Amino acid sequence: MSTPRVAIDDLTKYYGQTLVLDEVFLDVYEHEVVCLIGASGSGKSTLLRCINQLVPFDHGEIRLDGVAIDDASFGKTGLRKRIGIVFQAYNLFPHLRVIDNVTLAPRKVHGVGKREAEARAPELLGLLGMEEFARKYPEQLSGGQQQRVAIVRALAPNPDVLLLDEVTAALDPELIGGVLDVIRDLKAQGMTMMIVTHEMGFARDVADRVCFLEEGRILEEAPPVQLLSDPQHPSTRRFLQRIIEAGRL
Amino acid sequence: MSSERAASAEPARRAGPRPPVKATLTPWERYAPLAISVVSTALVFGVVWRVITTAENWPLIQRQFFDVDAMRASLPQVFSGFLVNMTVWVIALVVIAVFGIVVAIFRSLTGPWAAPLRVFAIIYIDLLRGTPSILLVLLFGLGVPALQIPGMTTSRLFWGSVALVLGYTAYTSEVYRSGIEAVPDGQRAAAKALGLTQWQTLRYSILPQAVRNVIPALLNLAVALQKDVALLSVIGAREAGREAQIFTARTFNFSSYIVATVLFLLATIPMARFTDWVTKRDQERRLQRTL
Repeated sequence: MSTPRVAIDDLTKYYGQTLVLDEVFLDVYEHEVVCLIGASGSGKSTLLRCINQLVPFDHGEIRLDGVAIDDASFGKTGLRKRIGIVFQAYNLFPHLRVIDNVTLAPRKVHGVGKREAEARAPELLGLLGMEEFARKYPEQLSGGQQQRVAIVRALAPNPDVLLLDEVTAALDPELIGGVLDVIRDLKAQGMTMMIVTHEMGFARDVADRVCFLEEGRILEEAPPVQLLSDPQHPSTRRFLQRIIEAGRL
Repeated sequence: MSSERAASAEPARRAGPRPPVKATLTPWERYAPLAISVVSTALVFGVVWRVITTAENWPLIQRQFFDVDAMRASLPQVFSGFLVNMTVWVIALVVIAVFGIVVAIFRSLTGPWAAPLRVFAIIYIDLLRGTPSILLVLLFGLGVPALQIPGMTTSRLFWGSVALVLGYTAYTSEVYRSGIEAVPDGQRAAAKALGLTQWQTLRYSILPQAVRNVIPALLNLAVALQKDVALLSVIGAREAGREAQIFTARTFNFSSYIVATVLFLLATIPMARFTDWVTKRDQERRLQRTL
């Protein structure tokens, strides 16, 4: 196969004395969707945050198309332009209207003119059925709508990779479906994605591969049907058993 | 997606239990509470007024403090002094608002290269906030003009105002800083993830939210400064208090002070009411957000 889009090589990270990522190896190829599952504190979110340099790591290397992410060739903003991230709590800017949330990075970071950025925004918002909300403020929207705006904001710089960090965990159950539909659409369009999720049914639908993490290590990695219905590692089995008991699979 | 939109549509009305019938009040039930309030209040204030005005010393007090002729005579001078107060106040507000943000930014910068700015901000705030305003006004208002530095104005009014600006900047920067620290961490993460620099993050994400959070607190400081501009009288600036003092020294009548007091109240009470209104609106906004 060709060079992976994202190559994670022997990644190790400590928070103080606590080991949160323990020699993680993972390659994600173009158009591939990889879901990360595991209990809280297993290191899934930290792994995502290492990839776009929101948090530093202690050992190992992460490469984007074969180039280390701390390489000088990315400059100050190159990496952020190519890797988008969406958070559990949306983290929209509450003082900015939807359209300004979406156009802030293209205008201020990537030097796109205000008019050009605003001309492109409705098209992006339209993909997610959000064009009518362009002039509203985040607090006037439902959680599901806010999360869709956050996804549009991450897509605005045209990233090569999208990182999704438990994007439905803060939503009311009836709003989750709409956001998951958006992610399915993105997969259909060929977006490369790494998704941290607790929605196992969704992972089975959308993922090409599922990774199970425990204590900072990837214990098992397989196509979703295989991992979810025939887990090999005892820890994976225990984890999925708990999920089934909670009625989430 | 569609389910969310459908939820906002008006649901069909269901014939449910009827709302309770509003009780009809007799005129007595309706107006008695109001009448009792008015009469009892008038009674209490009337008695107090009566006690004061029949006191043995009342004519003397009236003559010394509420002499209408003296008030009329002193008004033009005191009012022109009051305009000085308000001019200093307005200019100082603008300068303080800007300087306060600068010091707050200095103090919240991270990284080893920002250490000098951080230390400067901490020392500045400790010194200026810990010194009584009146001492600052005396030090700057009398001290700096005495230096006779070429090219620098020797206006006491100017340097006294500088002292007030410096002192209030220290308070204001701490208010701004509390606002900056109250912005959730997720906002920084989101800005960083979008590629914004530390400065852009402050400028476009953190500061607008921080300022909005602290507007009620800032307005409270503005009300305090509105009165503290009268401190400029100690260095002989011809502001309202000083003008009233001059009038009293000439006529041995204190009514001019009452004139100055009333002028200040006319300015500060609406300002305080406005602050209360903004604070209340701000609280309602926060409440709505958490619901």
